[in-house]
Amino acid sequence: MTAPNGQYAYYPGCSLKASASAYERSAMAVLERLELRFVEIDDWNCCGATEYFSLNRLPAYSLVARNLALAAAQPTHELVAPCSACYLNLRKTDDHMRQEPKLKEQVNRALAAGGLHYEPGTLRVRHLLDVIIDDVGYEAIAAKVTRPLAGLRVAPYYGCLVVRPFESDDPEYPTHMDRLLEVLGATVVDFPMKAHCCGGHMTQISEDTAFELIRRILHNAAAYQADVIVTVCPMCQLNLDAYQGNVNRRFGTAFNLPVLYFTQMMGLAFGLQPEALGIGSELVPAQAALNKIGQVPAETPRHTPKRRDKDALPMPSRQRR
Amino acid sequence: MTEERVGVYVCHCGHNIAGTVDVEAVAQWAQTLPYVAVARDYRFMCSSLGQELIEKDIKELGLTRVVVAACSPHMHEPTFRGVSARAGLNPYLMEMANIREHASWVHRDDMAAATDKAKALVAGAVRRALELKPLEPFKAAIKETTLVVGGGIAGITAALEIANAGYPVVMVEREPSIGGHMAQLDKTFPTLDCSACILTPKMFDVGTHPNITLLTYSEVEQVDGYVGNFTVRVRKKARKINTDVCTGCGDCWSRCPAKVVDEVFEAGLGYRTAVYRPFPQAVPKYPVIDVESCIYFQKGTCRACEKFCPTGAISFDQEDEVIVLSVGNIVLATGYKTFDPRQIPQYGYGRLANVFTSMEFERMVNAAGPTGGKVVLRDGVTTPKSVGIIHCVGSRDHRFNRYCSATCCMAALKFSHLVKERTNAEVYQFYIDMRASFKDYEEFYVRILDEGAHMVRGRVAEVTDAARQPGEEGKLIIQVEDTLIGRQRRIPVDMVILMVGMEPQEDAVEISHLFGIGCSTAGFFTERHPKLDPVATMTDGIFICGACQGPKDIPESVGQGAATAARVLSLIGQKEVEIEPIRAQIDESRCSGCRVCNTMCPYSAIDYIEELGVSRVNPALCKGCGTCVAACPSQVITGQHFTYEAIMAQIEGLLYDVRSGNGHKTVAEPQPVEVA
Ligand SMILES: Cc1cc2nc3c(=O)[nH]c(=O)nc-3n(C[C@H](O)[C@H](O)[C@H](O)COP(=O)(O)OP(=O)(O)OC[C@H]3O[C@@H](n4cnc5c(N)ncnc54)[C@H](O)[C@@H]3O)c2cc1C
Repeated sequence: MTAPNGQYAYYPGCSLKASASAYERSAMAVLERLELRFVEIDDWNCCGATEYFSLNRLPAYSLVARNLALAAAQPTHELVAPCSACYLNLRKTDDHMRQEPKLKEQVNRALAAGGLHYEPGTLRVRHLLDVIIDDVGYEAIAAKVTRPLAGLRVAPYYGCLVVRPFESDDPEYPTHMDRLLEVLGATVVDFPMKAHCCGGHMTQISEDTAFELIRRILHNAAAYQADVIVTVCPMCQLNLDAYQGNVNRRFGTAFNLPVLYFTQMMGLAFGLQPEALGIGSELVPAQAALNKIGQVPAETPRHTPKRRDKDALPMPSRQRR
Repeated sequence: MTEERVGVYVCHCGHNIAGTVDVEAVAQWAQTLPYVAVARDYRFMCSSLGQELIEKDIKELGLTRVVVAACSPHMHEPTFRGVSARAGLNPYLMEMANIREHASWVHRDDMAAATDKAKALVAGAVRRALELKPLEPFKAAIKETTLVVGGGIAGITAALEIANAGYPVVMVEREPSIGGHMAQLDKTFPTLDCSACILTPKMFDVGTHPNITLLTYSEVEQVDGYVGNFTVRVRKKARKINTDVCTGCGDCWSRCPAKVVDEVFEAGLGYRTAVYRPFPQAVPKYPVIDVESCIYFQKGTCRACEKFCPTGAISFDQEDEVIVLSVGNIVLATGYKTFDPRQIPQYGYGRLANVFTSMEFERMVNAAGPTGGKVVLRDGVTTPKSVGIIHCVGSRDHRFNRYCSATCCMAALKFSHLVKERTNAEVYQFYIDMRASFKDYEEFYVRILDEGAHMVRGRVAEVTDAARQPGEEGKLIIQVEDTLIGRQRRIPVDMVILMVGMEPQEDAVEISHLFGIGCSTAGFFTERHPKLDPVATMTDGIFICGACQGPKDIPESVGQGAATAARVLSLIGQKEVEIEPIRAQIDESRCSGCRVCNTMCPYSAIDYIEELGVSRVNPALCKGCGTCVAACPSQVITGQHFTYEAIMAQIEGLLYDVRSGNGHKTVAEPQPVEVA
């Protein structure tokens, strides 16, 4: 099921036009294969990212609401953001304007200066991951897979922003992308840190805090012998990729974990060329890991809860009763 | 035509009504209503003085109707009917106006409005009372047999008490053996006595008692009738074992090649065969063949059990049997199930091997359990050096169950002791509040503290195997805010036990419908009164006990089991019951025989009389629900006590002060009626 008229309003956000251009390239390539029509909103502006909200509330909301007002002018009610921070801000603004009539009035007074107005609730704000999984569905995606990612061990990293609010998955232990990656043929490792914070912009304020958060995630992915970390957010990608060297120097570690976007993984599985997906622009090169595709992994997962011998007790199933 | 004389009695109910409703004003006002001979207010109408007051008035003033404006008729209708009867007035000429639940309690902040509403309710009751007809209750003999559904400790206690008093009991248990959850436990708090040692003798008594018929592997399918005379249909599932010749020797299950995880008795921690007896002390001793996992039933070959059975007891073609019982009273003791912790994925159950549920742990420490009582990790051999016990999993949590499961704090302390006793491991308890009410519980808590358990106050955020710092490798790390020191802590342990909460059985709501009793939205059965009638239900003759009524421990379940027995025995002792004469009645002379009512009746209480071409209500089955009364296209069915006249009169009374647009009263003044 897609949007009513098969069209989505698309809010790229600043990252996708700069540091995360690989995300946009791969997303667009995949969307074309999935026959989804994304129309970029005209004259959009920055969402204020994570920090503006704590500095000055009203300008922060107004900044975001301007994008909502512009998007609402499009002939669809579905607004998609691929960046988790943009998604959260757009959604938060829509929600808070709905709940607080005073905020709605103030924001609209600010928007009026530019001849704009936004009625909260007009748009349904969605993350790209949610659109691909809930509107397209695993089955339709599976049908497009021509080169399964067999042999590749991937750590699904959701980060902390996309999971709240995320209606159809568990915020503490999401599994949506796990299933998507399985559909693509990859081996998904259990990844307990999947919804933990990457440090966000803390890299600019406190390296002590940020590098420790990044280290934990890399450490966990390495412990589970992942070849690649797969993300849904430009911020997460940047932190885990660009600061991996800093983390290695600071903690004396030797992590070498490429960090790719889920759209890049989809594109690979759909048989697209790596260059067409922006692969190669990451700082920790992914090519070596991607060469594994098609090879059957030698080792089995380290912690196996399977029945090992006659003494072992049965392991409860993962399925809820 | 004699003049009607109505007495109106307005109760203060202490402060309950008088605090919000101006009771004096209501009484004075009621005095002015047509046909009201006397209206009084009094502090407690239900007290003996209050009752005497009404009795005296009936006799001295010659009252022909009585209206009591007080609490819900659920509470005191029987009381005031009794008052009327003692004073020589037909009890069905007494009417209650509920000015407590319907006025004072719901309009606490508006005395004027509450008083106005009370007046309207009284006016409605007076008008209705004038239309009531005297009725005589039916008398029905009480069948002496009692049905007990559920053979846990609560049901066992009820059954034995009734049987020991000399009356027959039929016990229906869904599983192959009775015993319930208590049979799975190892030790019981707070005294740490062995669960099996105190339970098995009682199970044995149930199995051998001359007054108890035991139907295991059976379920109730249908219930009809009323207090004293229930008809119950029970499906006895095919055991595939001829119990007349089976000796319970065990040759069948020791030869059975099909092994499956035992999700019921072993709580998933152990295996059983397809032909199995859940545990050695099972009552009855006979096994059952689980058709789902039996190789012969699934694949068509095997029959190993049949080959080895020395008495030829295996009976593959045995069919389900339907048994119809005729019983006077029913005791429901269907117990509870435990919360499925997979709903909290961050605690890792089903993902992290060494996270266990409390029920799994009970089986682990049980000497007859899968590990022979050894405390070990999921690999079956490694002894843990540290154990974290997480409280309130699925309880006191707005996402799942808001209530406290009442038994987990104590069971967690018990586990602490058992872990120490068997492994000398460090034990960490993660709790929100410790609840150690009741006799000897606080002392038990102190004892466990003295044994050296580490108590951490805080709700656990996460259990993870993602090591972050040295010392965490290969461990389960419990991330928690320790609210006593105001810090985040990470505590690495080898084993985690989740104290899962107690929930109503999966099918509790259906069971409540089957037996026609109430239950909360969660599914715990509702008692008639939370304080004064905790084991009766709103349906006469059906009683509840044990954890099906709410989370509780063994002592309380046993107390309730015995209490239901006392209630049942008191009814049996009365030999007959009075049954409300409130029934539907068809005026056969005007019945067109269309049979609409026959199909509508939820109790199949209406028969069609072929020769006469009319329908007729069987008063023994009719519950007076009124469905047919409303459905009859010819309006020839009357609901006794709820006649059209009475209902319309009550509505007119309620609307006594409502005026239409032109300022005229919308309802007529009461018209005199004939005294019956
Ligand atoms: C981990 C754990 C440890 C505990 N430790 C202790 C302890 O140390 N001390 C203590 O006092 N309490 C303890 N308790 C509480 C104790 O288990 C309960 O108080 C007790 O078992 C309640 O007994 P019951 O008869 O009401 O219910 P149950 O034991 O649940 O028995 C109900 C029975 O009814 C049967 N049944 C259910 N539905 C139907 C149906 N529709 N038809 C026919 N049969 C049906 C079931 O099969 C079962 O046999 C513990 C609880 C837990 C979870």
